[in-house]
Amino acid sequence: MPVRLDESGERYSGPDENKILALLRAGDEAAFLDLVDRHAPAMQKIARAYVRDDATAEDVVQEAWLGVLRGLPAFEGRSSLRGWIFTIVVNRAKTRGVREARSVPFSALARDETERPDPSVAADRFAGPGEPWPRHWRDEPVPWGDRPEERLLSRELRSRIDAAIDALPAAQRSVVILRDIAGHPTQDVCNALDLSETNVRVLLHRARAKLRRALDPYLTGEVLA
Amino acid sequence: MPDLDCIDLVEITTDYFEGTLAPAAVARLEAHLAECDGCTEYLRQMRVTQETLGRPDAAVIPAPGRERLLQVFRAWKAEQP
Repeated sequence: MPVRLDESGERYSGPDENKILALLRAGDEAAFLDLVDRHAPAMQKIARAYVRDDATAEDVVQEAWLGVLRGLPAFEGRSSLRGWIFTIVVNRAKTRGVREARSVPFSALARDETERPDPSVAADRFAGPGEPWPRHWRDEPVPWGDRPEERLLSRELRSRIDAAIDALPAAQRSVVILRDIAGHPTQDVCNALDLSETNVRVLLHRARAKLRRALDPYLTGEVLA
Repeated sequence: MPDLDCIDLVEITTDYFEGTLAPAAVARLEAHLAECDGCTEYLRQMRVTQETLGRPDAAVIPAPGRERLLQVFRAWKAEQP
């Protein structure tokens, strides 16, 4: 029986989640594939931050799903199903990353990305010291017009969002996936990635600012999507 | 407290959304917004960007190894008592 998971776009809630769990335990393939479609792309991206290449990340995702299925009897619903799945993939990816001695550890990536200056908006968009309004917009943001959220759901723009997420530095990508795409509370993101709350916020901010910049030309009409 | 400049405001939007700014800083930011169309639009765009990411239908990419994962599921099913 095919199941549509939370069509409203809301996060999983209790009863729905219990239904999915029951279907999984009963071996329902459609329910499993629905869950895979929903989470595997983000899992793949997170895994990719810890391991060398896409093929290894795919292995990690596969191992994680097996871990999820084998863990089902013990899953007590103390975290959301989604939260639990992401914790498993991060743990598998970390183990694998350590085992294959990835040349740059995640903590070093994160440190490098937070310590380097990385302005949200190009400095030349603001007036310089000799101008009438120094440090204020010289070149204001061009409005995104009516209902940008609807235009963002067009197939073309969705693939732009995806490409922009892929192009993010690895630590920023992991943080924005866990926080904004998967919807985890900041504290859970800190725990999953072993980062301080301040660093998570800095990485999140930098990721969001880059994604806004990436979408801007399509929404201002400067480039036809 | 000195006024907030646009170049600084764009660096604290996440702290503002996440509710981690001190009340005085929030007041300063909101006072700035009341008088600045550029920053008001910027903040709106940051909010739209963030909210779009949270929509489950925002991703268009196919799940990697969907077929392989189905095999994993079938193998797991087979090992169930």
